[in-house]
Amino acid sequence: MKILICMSNVPDTTTKIRFKDGNTALDTTGVQWIINPWDELALTRALQLKEEPGSGVEKVTVITVGLADAEPTIRKALAIGADDAIRINSQATDAYDVARQIAEAVNNEGYDLILCGIESSDYNNSMVGGMISEFLDIPSVSSVSSVTVDSGRFKIKREIDGGKETLSVTAPFLAVVQKGIALEPRIPSMRGIMMARTKPLKVIEPVTSEVLVEHIRYELPPSKAKCRMVAEDNVRELVQLLHTEAKVI
Amino acid sequence: MSVLVYTENWDGKFKKLSYELVSYAHAIAGMLNTETVAVSIGDVSDTELTALGKYGASRVLSVRDARLNQLVNQAYASVLYQAAVRENAQVVVMANNFTGKAIAPRLAVKLKAGVGAGIAGLPVTVEPFAIHKKAFNGKAFATIVIKTPVRILTLLQNSFGLKENGGVAAVEAFIPDLTDHDFKTSVEEVSKVTGKILLTDAEVVVSGGRGMKGPENWAPIEELARELGAATACSRPVSDEGWRPHEEHTGQTGKIIAPNLYMAFGISGAIQHLAGVSSSKCIVAVNKDPDAPIFEAADYGIVGDAMKVLPEMIAAVKEMKGE
Repeated sequence: MKILICMSNVPDTTTKIRFKDGNTALDTTGVQWIINPWDELALTRALQLKEEPGSGVEKVTVITVGLADAEPTIRKALAIGADDAIRINSQATDAYDVARQIAEAVNNEGYDLILCGIESSDYNNSMVGGMISEFLDIPSVSSVSSVTVDSGRFKIKREIDGGKETLSVTAPFLAVVQKGIALEPRIPSMRGIMMARTKPLKVIEPVTSEVLVEHIRYELPPSKAKCRMVAEDNVRELVQLLHTEAKVI
Repeated sequence: MSVLVYTENWDGKFKKLSYELVSYAHAIAGMLNTETVAVSIGDVSDTELTALGKYGASRVLSVRDARLNQLVNQAYASVLYQAAVRENAQVVVMANNFTGKAIAPRLAVKLKAGVGAGIAGLPVTVEPFAIHKKAFNGKAFATIVIKTPVRILTLLQNSFGLKENGGVAAVEAFIPDLTDHDFKTSVEEVSKVTGKILLTDAEVVVSGGRGMKGPENWAPIEELARELGAATACSRPVSDEGWRPHEEHTGQTGKIIAPNLYMAFGISGAIQHLAGVSSSKCIVAVNKDPDAPIFEAADYGIVGDAMKVLPEMIAAVKEMKGE
C-alpha cells in the first residue's frame, strides 16, 4: 500500500508579512519556509501507519508544486521519514492549478491513500485536497481527525458541523486531515537528516497551467487601536463596556 | 441566470447560518440583477423551505433522497453541480464550514469554477468579479479576481448578518441523477453534540489557556459561556495536556474562528494562537502578565488572575442581564 502526502511550502507562522511590487506580491526576503503545519501532521500520521505491524503500508511519498527553492522543505519531509518525493517544477498559483498539477502527476500511480492538510497557512483556502479527489474521481473525506487501517479497510473519524462520524472507506481515497490525526509533528533525527540527502527526489515538469483565480493586490490589516485596560477590581465596568460600547453582549 | 445558495439543515431545521447565506446570496443576485435560488438536501418541511423567501430566495430546489442523509462529498457535489447547470448559476454560495469545505472544491472542478474561500463581504465589483479575502492567517487581506463565468464563494459565518426581504419562496422538488459511484463512503457511527453551542457557530466564545492551571478549574469558564450563550474554546497546550477535547483548540492547526466576541482567560497569545482568533470582531484578554502578547491583539484587557476575575465577570453578566 502506498500513501501520498500533498505538501505546501509556506512562510513560517512567525513571519512578518510584507508585500512588494505595489502590494501585488509577497516579499519573500528573509522569509523562513516551513512544511504547512497541517501537512506535517498528515506526514506524521502516514509514518505512524507505515510503522504499525500489519498495516500493509510500504511507502510514503510527498509531493509539492514549487520551484527549486521549495527543495529544503521537501528535504525536511524526507528527513522526517518520507521515503521519496516528487516536485512539480512550477510556481504554485491558485488552488485549481495546484490540484490539477498534482492530479496529473499521480493519476495511475497507484496511491491507495492521499492525505492533504485541511488548509494551507498562506492562502487559507481549504480547496486543494477536495479538488484533487474530484480530478482523480476518487472518494474524499474531509475534516478527518483519525485514520486507522485494518486489513485494507480504512476507518476514518471526521468532524461534521454538530458532531463526529466514523466512516468506513475502501482505497483508493483522499482524506483532508486536521488536528487529531496526529498531535505533534515528528521532528527529524540526525540519522534522518543524513539519509534525506540521498533519498529520491523526482522533479517533473508541469502540464500547461490554468489559473482561475488571481490575487491582484494585498493589504495589511488596519493597525489595531490600543487595548483598553480595565482595572482588575472593576470587572463590572468591562462588562458594561462590552454591552454599551462594543455592543457584543 | 441565477445565484445558487446551498442551505444546509440540521435535523430538518434551518438555522441562522442558512438565513445568512440566503441574505448574502440575494445581495449578490442584486448586483448581478438576477434571482436567488436555494438548494436544500434532506427532509425539510415546506413551511421551513418557503421561509427562505423571507431572506430573498425566490425558489427552493428541494432534494429528498435517503442516500443523502449523511454527508457524502461526491454525491453532494454532484447534486449541486446538476442544480447549478439547471439554474444556469453565475455564482454558487455556501458556508465556509466543514460541509462547505467538503463540497466546494469538488463542485469547483465539476463546474470549472474559481473559488473565493472564507469570504466576509460582498464583491467589490462583479465585472471583473473582484472580492476581498483574508490571507496569511489574517495577517493580510487579498483582493482576488475570479476569472471564470461561474464562481463559488464560501462565506464566513456571522460575517454578513441577516437581511429580510419579506418574500415567500416557491418550493420545487428536484430529483438529481445519482449513481452508486457517488456513494463510496459509508458512515457507520454518528455522535452528535447536543445542547451545546458549537464553537464554529458561536457569536461569543469563552476560552481558557494554561493560566487556568488545570481541568478542574473549567467550571467558571463553562458557567460564563452559559450565561453569554457562548461556546467554549481553549489554547493548544490545554488540549495537548488533555484538559479539554481537541475540538476546542483554536489557533493554527486547530479551529480558525471569527466570533463577534472572543474572551481569552489565561492565554498568553502566542502567534499560533492569534492566527486562529485574530479575525474576531472584539477580543477581551485577562492575563496576569501585562506584557503578554494577547494584549496587543485585544480590544479590552484586564491584567489580573483569570481565576479571580471569572467569578466577578459571571456576577456582572448576571447583573447586566437582570437589568
